[in-house]
Amino acid sequence: MSLVEQFERGLGAPICLTWELTYACNLACVHCLSSSGRRDPRELSTAECREVIDTLHLMQVFYVNIGGGEPTLRPDFWELVDYATEHQVGVKFSTNGIKIDAEAARRLAASDYVDVQLSLDGATAEVNDEVRGAGSYATAVRAMDHLRAAGFAGFKLSVVMTRHNIGQLDELKALADGYGAQLRLTRLRPSGRGADSWPELHPTAAQQRQLYDWLSSRGEQVLTGDSFFHLAPYGGPLPGLNLCGAGRVVCLIDPVGDVYACPFAIHEEFRAGNVRQPGGFAKVWRESALFTELRRPASAKGEVEAGGGACRSCGFFDSCRGGCMAAKFFTGLPLDGPDPECVRGFGEQALQAADPAAVPRPAADHSHRRGPVPVTIGRPPARACDENPLAGLAVPAGLG
Amino acid sequence: MSTDPGPGFDLDHAWCVDDRVAVRPEPFGALLYHFGTRRLSFLKNATVLAVVRSLADHPTARSACAAAGVGAAALPAYERALATLAESRMIRERPVPETAAS
Repeated sequence: MSLVEQFERGLGAPICLTWELTYACNLACVHCLSSSGRRDPRELSTAECREVIDTLHLMQVFYVNIGGGEPTLRPDFWELVDYATEHQVGVKFSTNGIKIDAEAARRLAASDYVDVQLSLDGATAEVNDEVRGAGSYATAVRAMDHLRAAGFAGFKLSVVMTRHNIGQLDELKALADGYGAQLRLTRLRPSGRGADSWPELHPTAAQQRQLYDWLSSRGEQVLTGDSFFHLAPYGGPLPGLNLCGAGRVVCLIDPVGDVYACPFAIHEEFRAGNVRQPGGFAKVWRESALFTELRRPASAKGEVEAGGGACRSCGFFDSCRGGCMAAKFFTGLPLDGPDPECVRGFGEQALQAADPAAVPRPAADHSHRRGPVPVTIGRPPARACDENPLAGLAVPAGLG
Repeated sequence: MSTDPGPGFDLDHAWCVDDRVAVRPEPFGALLYHFGTRRLSFLKNATVLAVVRSLADHPTARSACAAAGVGAAALPAYERALATLAESRMIRERPVPETAAS
């Protein structure tokens, strides 16, 4: 059995666990996967968070990807980071930089067990702030300045690829290089508020090709969180596992302790349980009906059933494996059919045929109540060539 | 040869798992994670896991392989696997307590 097949059957513990500590956020990014803004009053307490960390320690989860919301807004954030690292659970946290001052940067630089992922969605304030909000570029740059000054090398600069920043790939790489940081590019998902902004923001077919070619030539220099495996039919897999890890090697714990198959699938359909249940996270990971189903060979949810599905006859199925479950779900496409961004164009056709009224809505909206989050329609590309055109997880080649 | 950081791997040296590496057994072998480099690696079977875990107890990597039942025919594959682990700093040379065989 190949390593990938082994992974598809699930592991004793996740490789890559995302833990969103809070839905509170100072920003209101138009593509936020978790529709964050306001804190949920049912949020896990400090004591409950410590119990989760104790479980992760026992399960030998090497590290957690802490996110949100903006996790640093939790008053016990640093306490929980220390508790995790004292228990051999490494921490990589995603932040927009709001709390990364000189002191925080020095503290981070001093620890081997903490990694930082700064979110920025454009190489310029103009492109970034359109998506992440006014002033967010300056906030991220100030945080990166502090990290560099403190000597924190190798932090991650994490960018969600959109129609407006794919033309800035070289500038984004240069920006990361200038800080001694590592560039991480991930796929825009139609999850959370992204369900509303995706149609306007997701890359064009030509841009997907441009991105694939750019990533192919960069190899393992650029991290992708394994998020572009749907592009493999362009010419072979990009570095990474190239499989949907949902419930198999990844999962999400949300601020109220709900466990979902992946960070992009916050919906009842993909909820496996809650860490507050008897047995805690370990029992959910090992025994939940949803995860057991996802680990079944050729799972109907995760992938195309061997006996049916629109992708079955496609010669590229072995390379893209039907694409991303969450991307299909939140665009109203059947899970056994093509990804909405199928490189052969089958997704686009399917989208045209989908019934907009039947598209599932994200589970909850924690957005600030200061009015609707603006989604700019028809914004011009950042550069003329933009219309012309891949948490973390950098997996090296296996052994043997 | 032992100063060459390339693909060369000295089977006759003493090795051990780096202090900052965690080893998690899995059905297929094991997962390794280095907290310093923040890289993951895989051990693809139980034998290579046994070799890696016992490196610190043997005077040489060669004797660790032999004790785990790796025969002469399979040895080059294990040497390559160990070389990959050394390159990614998952394992490191340790000071030799006595004269190394060569």
